[in-house]
Amino acid sequence: MSEVLQTNYSDELPKRILEEIEKVAKEKRLKKNEAEKLTEEVKRRYFVSKFEPGDAIGIIAAQSISEPATQMTMRTYHFAGTAGIKVTYGLPRLIEIFDAKKDPETPMMTIYLKKQFNNAEQAKKMAEEIVEKDVSNLVSNVSLNLNENAIELNVFDKRRMSAIIKVVKEVFTDLKVREKDHTIAFITKDVQDIKELQKLKEKILGIHVSGIKDIMNAVVRREADDWIINTIGSNLEKILTIDEIDGGRTITNDIHETMQVLGVEAARNLVIGEALKTMQEQGLDVDIRHVMLVGDIMTFKGAVMSIGRYGVAGGKTSILARAAFEETIKHLVRASIRNEVDEFKGIFENVMIGQVIPSGTGMFDLIAKFDE
Amino acid sequence: MQVDRIEFGIINPELIKKMSVAKITKTELYDQEGYPIEGGLMDPRLGVVDPGVRCRTCGGTVGECQGHFGYLELTKPIIHVHYAKILFALVKIFCRKCSRVLVSKDDLEKSKGKKLSFKELAKLSKAKCPYCNTEQKKYKFIKPYTIVENSDILNAGVVREIFEKVPNEDLEIIGLKTRPEWLILTLLPMPPVTVRPSITLETGERSEDDLTHKLVDVVRINERLKENIDLGAPDFIIDDLWELLQYHISTYFDNEISGVPPARHRSGRILKTLSQRLKTKEGRFRGNLAGKRVNFSARTVISPDPMIDIDEVGVPEVIAKELTIPIRINERNLEGIKAFVNNGPDIWPGANYVIRPDGRRKKITSVSKDEIAKELAPGFVVERHIKDGDVVLFNRQPSLHRMSIMGHKVRVMPYRTFRLNLTVCPPYNADFDGDEMNLHVLQNEEAQVEAELLTIVPKNIRSPRFSGPIVGAVRDHLSGLYLLTHGETKFPREAFTQLVRGVNVDVEIPDKSHLTGKEIFSLFLPKDFSTEHKSKSGDVVVIKNGKLLEGTIDKAAVGAESGKLLDKIEKEYGASIVKRFLFNITKLSIEVLMSMGFSISISDQDIPESARKEIQETIEKVRKDVNELIRNFESGELKVLIGRTPKESLETLIKRRLNKALDEVESIIEKHLKENFTLVMAKSGARGDLVNIVQTAAMVGQEMVMGERMERGYFERTFPHFKKGDISLESRGFVSRGFKDGLTPFEFFFDAINSRESLMDKSLKTRHSGYMERRLVGALQDLKVEYDGTVRDSENRIVQFLPGEDGLDPSKIERVGIDVRSVADKLFG
Repeated sequence: MSEVLQTNYSDELPKRILEEIEKVAKEKRLKKNEAEKLTEEVKRRYFVSKFEPGDAIGIIAAQSISEPATQMTMRTYHFAGTAGIKVTYGLPRLIEIFDAKKDPETPMMTIYLKKQFNNAEQAKKMAEEIVEKDVSNLVSNVSLNLNENAIELNVFDKRRMSAIIKVVKEVFTDLKVREKDHTIAFITKDVQDIKELQKLKEKILGIHVSGIKDIMNAVVRREADDWIINTIGSNLEKILTIDEIDGGRTITNDIHETMQVLGVEAARNLVIGEALKTMQEQGLDVDIRHVMLVGDIMTFKGAVMSIGRYGVAGGKTSILARAAFEETIKHLVRASIRNEVDEFKGIFENVMIGQVIPSGTGMFDLIAKFDE
Repeated sequence: MQVDRIEFGIINPELIKKMSVAKITKTELYDQEGYPIEGGLMDPRLGVVDPGVRCRTCGGTVGECQGHFGYLELTKPIIHVHYAKILFALVKIFCRKCSRVLVSKDDLEKSKGKKLSFKELAKLSKAKCPYCNTEQKKYKFIKPYTIVENSDILNAGVVREIFEKVPNEDLEIIGLKTRPEWLILTLLPMPPVTVRPSITLETGERSEDDLTHKLVDVVRINERLKENIDLGAPDFIIDDLWELLQYHISTYFDNEISGVPPARHRSGRILKTLSQRLKTKEGRFRGNLAGKRVNFSARTVISPDPMIDIDEVGVPEVIAKELTIPIRINERNLEGIKAFVNNGPDIWPGANYVIRPDGRRKKITSVSKDEIAKELAPGFVVERHIKDGDVVLFNRQPSLHRMSIMGHKVRVMPYRTFRLNLTVCPPYNADFDGDEMNLHVLQNEEAQVEAELLTIVPKNIRSPRFSGPIVGAVRDHLSGLYLLTHGETKFPREAFTQLVRGVNVDVEIPDKSHLTGKEIFSLFLPKDFSTEHKSKSGDVVVIKNGKLLEGTIDKAAVGAESGKLLDKIEKEYGASIVKRFLFNITKLSIEVLMSMGFSISISDQDIPESARKEIQETIEKVRKDVNELIRNFESGELKVLIGRTPKESLETLIKRRLNKALDEVESIIEKHLKENFTLVMAKSGARGDLVNIVQTAAMVGQEMVMGERMERGYFERTFPHFKKGDISLESRGFVSRGFKDGLTPFEFFFDAINSRESLMDKSLKTRHSGYMERRLVGALQDLKVEYDGTVRDSENRIVQFLPGEDGLDPSKIERVGIDVRSVADKLFG
């Protein structure tokens, strides 16, 4: 390590601890010199509790996460809280998070409302509004009238009729419309046989009417003072545009979506939050620092990378370490054609050739200075 | 010597020739007399594998000679399977006629500074050569190693000719650092015999290595091809042989190419060729390079010994006499070492070997020991037996975390098992149902010191996973302490002196006629220690100035993974004090159990008739409620839960009701059960909990599969004995009896289904989580904390500026982090 890095050794306490000292000092009504004494003692304790140079922090984190993972359940689904939403959990979910899967098996959002809207009615109204509805969701019965070449829709809610007509008209401009009680009939001219009429029916039923795309279901529940909407399906970008929603607290469990909408830092926090939540649900006690490290290595390059062979582990510079990890032959062939060089800076490579690893007590060399 | 770097590249034919010592031309391996033939694949110049023979090239014997390469001159050029795809990509980039890059200068200008992949280059390639204007042909790649031009096969010779003409400056353009023609083989290096040793069977028959077999095929076809060409054989014969040679060389490199039948041994076994040697868990990389075999290690069954210290390991004398530590003799230790040598190899503590200053190793025997002892002088190295106090590494697999390997101090003992203190079972996850453990003896002073300072048990009491103690009291320890400290049991002087002396003779015994259990426990607490916490059952435990004033000591206080007292004492007094404290109280607990007696009986779980009746009523009520729910469901009156179908709602409501029922039964049992040893175990956290007692004594409850009530088996029913569509409690796996009463056949079957599910779940889980760990370690292994406090990977890229956002090491802090409040309390009261 260079000299510059050694001299930059910071001797300040983290903000969180300083705040706590202040709080305690206030509560205990400590005098100024007493508060200083307290700070000194905390400082002393802080420095002896810090990581030491050379600590193999990565391996410790990996072990700390996977050792208790042996005790997790494999049962894949479970109902989140009292709300009736099925989510992946346990070991499969943890693997899903670390794999940074493009599409999580059970996308889910937790939506919070702004203070003035934080009540039961608003929440229920909101839940109703955001669920994606196409024509088929609003219709109780569909029949084909072959005499008139018409598709007759029986609508649940009369108030919705105009909305349906409007959206259908937007797509199929040349359809004739006839309203009667609860039925809408779309009459077409240019369809001859029943097969085509069927096809048209399917298309009409699939037209999006209201709500937000991909939100399949929404459930309202109460947590302490908050009314929370849980949704099946996720569309963070659209949801955040709604006025009533508290965008600061609303989250999705889709890492890539968060990355796209809110950026890497948000994605990192989500990885950490979701992984920690998954483990705590199972009653497993893992220090957040380990999860943070995983979150950081997955995102420190500015994009979300998975842990496996196509992500962090496959992106290592050492050929030997990659070859030993997975796909041995592929890595060796590639290295040969590109004239790559293995510099033996990592741990695995040095273990392989029987050299002292460059971490822990093997991190430094001793240079003796002799008198001439 | 330090390996600094390894460069990968492609070997060229010249170098192959240069590094070779023999040209291989003959198919036979041995002559009539059984001697290896010169020019054959076992050519004596290629190295030695048989003892007693010297290498013809370097003169070394087995072990000294690493072997030497030979070479085979291929009659026709051959494509290397692993490079076939790259060859195809390259062929598309170069002109068929003039071998210049097909990309125009303008296009190159545009993408200057950016490195283009072969694929991108191929896209930019023009249909007409920008240099000679030749029309280019269309190429196609047929797996695994054929390149087709229009509709003709483009043979390796032609490809090589194209590449040979490529000017070096064009290679620079595409960023290739090797000559592309080297990707096509004209000379094949023949690996030394040491790489493919033959084995002589007991019958005197020789059995050759798979690689030798494969190479024989290669050489044979190569020679046949040569003969046929020399004879002027028709083209189709030559092409067939060429193709065959291509096949043999391809399978020599990789015998698992898809679309190519694997080469087989005469017996039909698939040969293991070069790629197969490297790949997979057992291959060279993961099997031999990443994991290594070691000497100076031992493995045997473990058994418990509560009387040896926490950081000790009991080593059987037989093992102690095998494992040695090299000691260099100097003036000061000469006499001491001499004593070991005088004991010889058979009397512990003795010595097994002497290494003279000239490097010669001599075995010490009971005959030679006196003579050797006489010649000992400074500079000699003696390999002496391990003795009490030596620090060794102790390990149990699976090594899931750091604490799976810890340093222990040796304590040589009789019999044949390793002994360990019970408090270190949790970090190793060990029990004594036949578990075996490994022991490694450190061979130099640096390693020994590091082991003692970094890995020894007291230094590992706090787990980095949750910053709490992972070493702690288990099982009987907890029962004993519960019995001792629960209530106000008084011990007369005779009894308590017995207890205290059994633990530690250094403890001062108070001059009182009676001591309570709490007072006895307090004797072992640090004198100025004060704390408060909640016990397992929720009572407050108060310790003030080293006196246990209130509450019961149980799992929450001293248990592994949760012990609050251990946590506090470790932080305030350090590792060695907590180690002594834990050792004392566990010994105390066992003394207590031995004096008070502790035994359980099935009759512990007898419940009085009144309780039985109450439980029966509860079950009846549940049954009624559930039937009501089902009736509501069938009539459509059931209130549907949000987000769920009516059927799902019904199931959820039933499950909720059943869970409540189990709680009700539990409280009934708790109310009626007398304090007995089974209950003590549950309450102290020693083993089992109240649910187990409920399941044995009263009611097992609902059997679930995949978190649902039983549904499997027949169409719409679980057994043919039920009506179709029956969703009542009985037919869906509710067990209303306890294990002690016995289960009905249906109930028993449901229970078995449940057990099987959890069994399957477990075996699946270990696989998945094992792979996850491998990937996590693969991703994180190079991260370390640097001198500037940042976390960096092996490329020096910063991953975290301050580890964990506050720089604190979880294995050095209390669970809550740095407890400012308690620091303030300690400073200012």
